[in-house]
Amino acid sequence: MSDTASETTALPEDSVGIVAPQTFEFDQPLLLACGRTLDRYELVVETYGTLNAEASNAILICHALSGNHHAAGYHSTDDRKPGWWEHYIGPNKPLDTNKFFIVCLNNLGGCHGSTGPASINPATGKVWGSDFPNLRVRDWVHSQVRLADRLGIQKWAAVVGGSLGAMQAMRWALEYPDRLGHCVVIASAMKLTAQNIAFNQTARQAIMSDPDFFDGDYLEKDTLPKGGLSIARMIGHITYLSDDGMGKKFGRDLRSGSFERGLEEPVEFQIESYLRYQGKTFSKSFDANTYILMTRALDYFDLAREYNDDPAEAFRSAKCKFLVISFTSDWRFAPERSQEIVTALMRADRDVVYGEIESVYGHDAFLVPNQQRYWDLFSAYMQGIDVSLDGSSN
Amino acid sequence: MRIDHKVIKDWVAPNSRVLDLGCGDGSLLQQLTASKNIHGYGIEISSENILRCVENGVNVIEQNIDQGLSNFDDQSFDTVIMSQTIQTMHHPDKVLMEMLRVGRQCIITLPNFGHWKARWYLTVKGRMPVSDLLPFEWYNTPNIHFCTIHDFDELCKSLNLNIVNRKILGTSANTRFLQTLNPNLFGVTALYRLTKKL
Repeated sequence: MSDTASETTALPEDSVGIVAPQTFEFDQPLLLACGRTLDRYELVVETYGTLNAEASNAILICHALSGNHHAAGYHSTDDRKPGWWEHYIGPNKPLDTNKFFIVCLNNLGGCHGSTGPASINPATGKVWGSDFPNLRVRDWVHSQVRLADRLGIQKWAAVVGGSLGAMQAMRWALEYPDRLGHCVVIASAMKLTAQNIAFNQTARQAIMSDPDFFDGDYLEKDTLPKGGLSIARMIGHITYLSDDGMGKKFGRDLRSGSFERGLEEPVEFQIESYLRYQGKTFSKSFDANTYILMTRALDYFDLAREYNDDPAEAFRSAKCKFLVISFTSDWRFAPERSQEIVTALMRADRDVVYGEIESVYGHDAFLVPNQQRYWDLFSAYMQGIDVSLDGSSN
Repeated sequence: MRIDHKVIKDWVAPNSRVLDLGCGDGSLLQQLTASKNIHGYGIEISSENILRCVENGVNVIEQNIDQGLSNFDDQSFDTVIMSQTIQTMHHPDKVLMEMLRVGRQCIITLPNFGHWKARWYLTVKGRMPVSDLLPFEWYNTPNIHFCTIHDFDELCKSLNLNIVNRKILGTSANTRFLQTLNPNLFGVTALYRLTKKL
């Protein structure tokens, strides 16, 4: 299934190399949590490594807010940037493609090829836009189950995710307990705090108040709410970094201008220019409706809502083992949120390993390379997963 | 199996829930799982030890015990173990009470500072004892609250704890007679199995 090319020379040796996405079509209607139904949909998927004969070495990677199916490797030798989790997926990396068959998809509602608000609604022949159904984490999990069926994977060796991705992994553990051996929860929470929802709401308001938003039907008007989406991304980006990390990277360095007396030349700090660039790039490559949809799914997620608001009761439905990792400087998904997960898991008498990684990279730390302790813990846990036929519970 | 682990094994009920505070490389939990089918969690603060636990297939939680055990419910474990760790705690007495809040019984093992070698070291050399078991200088030792067997007995009495078992281990079987005669002078390691008095 993997499209690793052998003749590539310019790509790093520890990369999965050249990869190509595949599209899977589903025409069995999917009943959504909001009560509506998606009659047909497409999911774009990338895979790395080789599925073994018993189909027991498969790992599902669930992406976070702005992620997609392209988690590792390059689409061509000219590709400037690899997939978003390149540093942790590949031969001899924590998500070792010599051992595992790794599957990553663009979630439903996404904007990188899977059916989403920017797709055509087959019922109307027009772009979904504002009419695309609101999705919840469980809807993604249900669609991922169908993907697993299609790929012939009855039980994942592990379902792995960071942030919003980890919420999907936990939902898998509760709703499909027999279909995963391990659940890897990185930099996540069982539900968002008020402060966290507030950031998402501010980001959504930035998008919705853009005059080019047109209540979500901007594509029909042949325009994009780039300004609003760009600000939404800037707000998000600030919260994914730590004060310390930002200070180390940018400090008060100037990109242009000076404070010299007698000069009226405007001053621009490096951080301003960086954030603006990040916002601008993002606003050209991401769909505003998808951003709203994904942040809402984050806000709505509450692991224990259907379990009497008791996380321990929720986790009692799970059968898999858990690895939980947090980062000290992550204030958007603080270590305390991970500790709550661990406490609930222990109350539920579930197997769990928990590590709190010292890091200055804030919430983004789960993506950042060269963090030895994170690498060691993640690797050791993944290496310990038994992929022999009925061994994924060991 | 380490001799102190052997003693602990005899004090732990089969199929019970065990919490090991300062679980090191997880080998005790691993042995208890294999021999007694317990379900256990280890608490550790050292990243090296956490890695060893993962390699040993043991549940391990990174947590600083000095900051309390408030995340554990009352009586949620059958046994709470603290092996060779209580002397590193800031508040050994509070930890002990916390252990008996969380667990129905607790097992403590500690190095006996009243051992004749330690006394000899201090009396003759006039220096803080350094040994194979406690290879630290006074300024870099993690062991900040040393006690003797007598001291620990006294603590149990003042906290109104019930000593279900007490076992003293020496350097070798040859000194067993001496350990029985004067445990505080010849015991190297003391193991206690404690419950709250009803």
